[in-house]
Amino acid sequence: MTYIKLWFTFLKIGLFSFGGGYAMIPMIEKEIERNGWLSATEFFDIIAIAEMTPGPIAVNSATFVGYKAAGILGGLFATIGVSIPSLVLILIISRYFFKFQNHPLNTAMFYGIRPVIAGLITTAAVFVSETALFKEKLSMDLLIKIFWQPLEVLNIESIFIFLVSLIALKRFKLHPILTIALSGVLGILLFYVF
Amino acid sequence: MNKKVNLKLLIEIFTTFFKIGAFTFGGGYAMIPLIEREVITNKGWIKNEEEIIDVFAVAESIPGAIAINSSTFVGYKIAGRIGAITAACGVILPSFIIITLIAAFFSRFQNNPIVKAAFMGIRSTVVALILMAAIKIGKKSIKDKISALISILTILLVLVLDIHAIFAIVGGAIVGVIIYYTSPKKAAQITGKGDEDN
Repeated sequence: MTYIKLWFTFLKIGLFSFGGGYAMIPMIEKEIERNGWLSATEFFDIIAIAEMTPGPIAVNSATFVGYKAAGILGGLFATIGVSIPSLVLILIISRYFFKFQNHPLNTAMFYGIRPVIAGLITTAAVFVSETALFKEKLSMDLLIKIFWQPLEVLNIESIFIFLVSLIALKRFKLHPILTIALSGVLGILLFYVF
Repeated sequence: MNKKVNLKLLIEIFTTFFKIGAFTFGGGYAMIPLIEREVITNKGWIKNEEEIIDVFAVAESIPGAIAINSSTFVGYKIAGRIGAITAACGVILPSFIIITLIAAFFSRFQNNPIVKAAFMGIRSTVVALILMAAIKIGKKSIKDKISALISILTILLVLVLDIHAIFAIVGGAIVGVIIYYTSPKKAAQITGKGDEDN
């Protein structure tokens, strides 16, 4: 049963993932939470691992979630699930798509979809920051506390690492893999050594 | 697509895409130049540059991972349906093997205090990476008040009302369709802009 559920869940995720891996994060998070497959923190660690290993984030997270939920076969079913929409759509579309690709209705639809993707990726950042930068779950209460008792809710070391990586990525164009390695070292120094 | 498909060609397709899958970090967009080099320059499977540009345009505008979409499409162009499946398997397999090994290995070490501390640090970088991706896509897709409103609405609906991302995507598409049919002026403006993107 779990296999079929994994397969179907990731089929759904594959079918609705536009714009690459990050936009899928809110969707995957919701599904793993609902099915109790992994904790949110474990899932966010997968995103980091997916960044550091080759291959698409979609496949990496499907394999990881599937493995955690039901072993190697679970990983296989989830991976096949997330890949099938691509396979089927390409086989259908390669015949007909070029006729529609430049159709104004298609362009109009994507005019509506693209800002949703930008919004979804932003919420993905918020979801991850919940466990990464703050000490409690996001709520109105937390927003108020940020202004009145910031030290109580903000994880200062994490915010420091966040700012360092933002500068490294944006200003110095450091490669994401190297930035992740750097933040791992900083994490060990700040959270373990000191 | 009635090219003669032989086993040797299929093996070659498989190993080529396996190599592409094994060596591209950072997902689909990083894979594009690699596929281009292998398929046009090294193997000569696709003759002209324009054909491959169309492949990537399609891969980006349909659902699914860009890497799988473009590999499947190129596989299809080389050797039909069986070529498409072979290329998809090739590009997926390296991730599958690597992640399975890591998942097995990671469970043993994830409670180690040093590993935990490292991942506490890494999570902050993940926030930064996702935020940068959001800004990049936002810059490309938010062009006027309506699209800005769609983005803000998506964030609020998902964060506050906890709606499923699928509804947001379908909703966005519906907004686009409604504009197309109700406001010809706006539609012309949108599709005019859309053409510049392609």
